[in-house]
Amino acid sequence: MTMKTPSRRYIVCLKPVPDPSRFDKLRLDPETMLLRRGDVPQVVNPGDRHAIEAAVDLKKRFGGTIACLTMAPPDAREQLEEALAMGCDRACLLTDRAFAGADTLATARALAAAVRKLGRFDLILCGCYSADGSTGQVGPQLAELLGIPDLTHALSLRLQGRRLQARCGLQDGTAALEAGLPALVSLDPRANVPPLPPMRGISGALAKKIPAWSAADLGLAPAEVGLAGSPTRMLNVFTPAAGRKGEILQGSANEVAAQLLEKLRGEKILPARGGKGSS
Amino acid sequence: MLDMNFDFPNPVRIVQRTARDFARQAVAPLVAGMEETGRFPKSLVPKMAEVGLLGLVTPRRYGGSELGFLARTVALQEIGRVSAAVACALQVHHMQAAAIQDWGTPAQKEKYLPRLCRGEFLGTVAVTEPTGGSDLLGMATTAVPAAGGYALNGSKCFITNAHLAGAPVVIAKTGEGSRGLSAFIVEKGTRGFAPGREERKMGLRGADTGELFFKNCRVPEQNLLGDEGEGMKAALKTIGEAGRPGMAAIALGILDAALDEAVKFSKSRNLYGKPISNIQAIQWSIADILVDLETSKLLCYRASWLKDQGREDCATAMTLAKLHATEAACRATRKALEIHGGCGAMLEFPVQRLWRDAMVCVSAGGTTEIGKIVLSRSVLA
Ligand SMILES: Cc1cc2nc3c(=O)[nH]c(=O)nc-3n(C[C@H](O)[C@H](O)[C@H](O)COP(=O)(O)OP(=O)(O)OC[C@H]3O[C@@H](n4cnc5c(N)ncnc54)[C@H](O)[C@@H]3O)c2cc1C
Repeated sequence: MTMKTPSRRYIVCLKPVPDPSRFDKLRLDPETMLLRRGDVPQVVNPGDRHAIEAAVDLKKRFGGTIACLTMAPPDAREQLEEALAMGCDRACLLTDRAFAGADTLATARALAAAVRKLGRFDLILCGCYSADGSTGQVGPQLAELLGIPDLTHALSLRLQGRRLQARCGLQDGTAALEAGLPALVSLDPRANVPPLPPMRGISGALAKKIPAWSAADLGLAPAEVGLAGSPTRMLNVFTPAAGRKGEILQGSANEVAAQLLEKLRGEKILPARGGKGSS
Repeated sequence: MLDMNFDFPNPVRIVQRTARDFARQAVAPLVAGMEETGRFPKSLVPKMAEVGLLGLVTPRRYGGSELGFLARTVALQEIGRVSAAVACALQVHHMQAAAIQDWGTPAQKEKYLPRLCRGEFLGTVAVTEPTGGSDLLGMATTAVPAAGGYALNGSKCFITNAHLAGAPVVIAKTGEGSRGLSAFIVEKGTRGFAPGREERKMGLRGADTGELFFKNCRVPEQNLLGDEGEGMKAALKTIGEAGRPGMAAIALGILDAALDEAVKFSKSRNLYGKPISNIQAIQWSIADILVDLETSKLLCYRASWLKDQGREDCATAMTLAKLHATEAACRATRKALEIHGGCGAMLEFPVQRLWRDAMVCVSAGGTTEIGKIVLSRSVLA
């Protein structure tokens, strides 16, 4: 912990999303098929809170400073202020009309340019998914553009000299992974419990200036960003018809329960009669 | 276009979300127990300290966040929406912090404000006596000069956080007339000072309300808060600029909850084959609740904003907000309760608690009648 390395620099990427607890109030614009974001207040993407907390925790354990970034409309200052309140040291807002309509790649490109502009860094921390788009692509694309290793679904992190050690979640089980710094890591929601931004943090954030960077500030041409720089085109948005096999069991409660047990055993969802867990 | 901004600034929005999440996570699970036992859950104090709720109006240099009274109103509203009782404990705690901030010497601030922010103990301001809360000058507790300070004799009643306060501010008589009251900080453990019984209340159950007794209680000179004779001014400013907006904010929380419950019930209760929200009489009641909520919000936010601007006229605005919001909460919770029919009388439904809590908010912080006296004076004088 008291190694004489230059102070570590962490970067957290975060996204404002419509408050997931009010998703029932969200509507799609029938013309553009995009979310009408004005209908619901924006919050820090819940997944990204885990990245902020992981960075704050690394800072506590290994020292360093945290910068947070978002590419978003100007009112995303609120989400950056919240990240400052949670313990980030500085924040930069990437904002430009030209960024509008960006897909994950154009977003990652703008973020990569901002990371370069920030200078030396050791670790980039992201959430795994955004609550609205939920592609899980921006983190890995950003790592690819920066040419650095990328670990996803991290459950716990350790810094050992110039190496990052992480336990990462897999479909079933976990993997112990290691990467050289600088690296990018995306945090599994199970990694930590992000605390609420404390009031002192909120008032502390008031004193900090948040610079706004345009595409030009980042040295990006209009064709590289926003809709123009996005290879993805959304053709249609629809809810797939869910075709499920439905079966209604008949009889008294006891009979129905017995029939259900038989079926579940037949499908091997429950062990056969007499096995562990049968009643 | 000429601008008049009704949006909260970003930090207030962040405070609002934090308080809302805190209320949901830390306070909601305690409400049933508080209703049952009438006791304040002490485990909540360190949690409120950690998230910074205890230091909202205290300067950063003393461990607070200095976010001000609008942020406080919004935070109390969110806590009050889940538990008016917890919000009451918190608002009275802020009253003591404000009193020490406004009247304390640097040494008193240094000594007590950080401890109030850390939640070493809760705060309170003890004014009311059995002789009547409205009649401030009628109080009977005396403080007479004694070696190295004062000797206090008398009692206080209806004091919030009576058993949780570590060093309450106490108003006592040091003379006659409006310059005859003084304020003291009385530390728990001082000989001759003890809290009395815990009151059993119909509402705000779980907020600690009780008596304080002083029997030849020696308070050192350095615990005089403000100058001798400034107690009336200190009490009126603290009640007027911190206590009333605090109770008003709690009423906002109750109004929010009343609307939530009324909407939820009327959409789920079916009569004549459809939800009762289709019945015009029910719709009108819901509109009435909304009017009460929204008018109260405007008055409370504006009054808090005036205070944050350092405006002298904030006290009248706060009395107006307090009177309107607490009366509105009584009307609205009664409507919400009636929408519930017989269910409204059942303890399983939170709406009856809202109504009981609203009724108790009317006199706490000064009654409606006293509010009307203050308001009419502001235009007749
Ligand atoms: C839950 C709760 C918490 C409280 N917390 C505190 C606390 O922390 N610290 C503290 O000091 N006090 C506290 N109080 C006391 C509160 O401030 C008093 O209850 C309030 O000031 C009214 O005083 P009272 O109850 O003695 O009623 P009274 O003063 O006896 O009033 C009785 C009635 O007479 C009316 N009345 C009085 N004078 C006039 C007048 N001039 N014209 C017309 N009508 C009049 C009143 O409006 C009321 O209707 C609390 C009260 C409650 C219920």
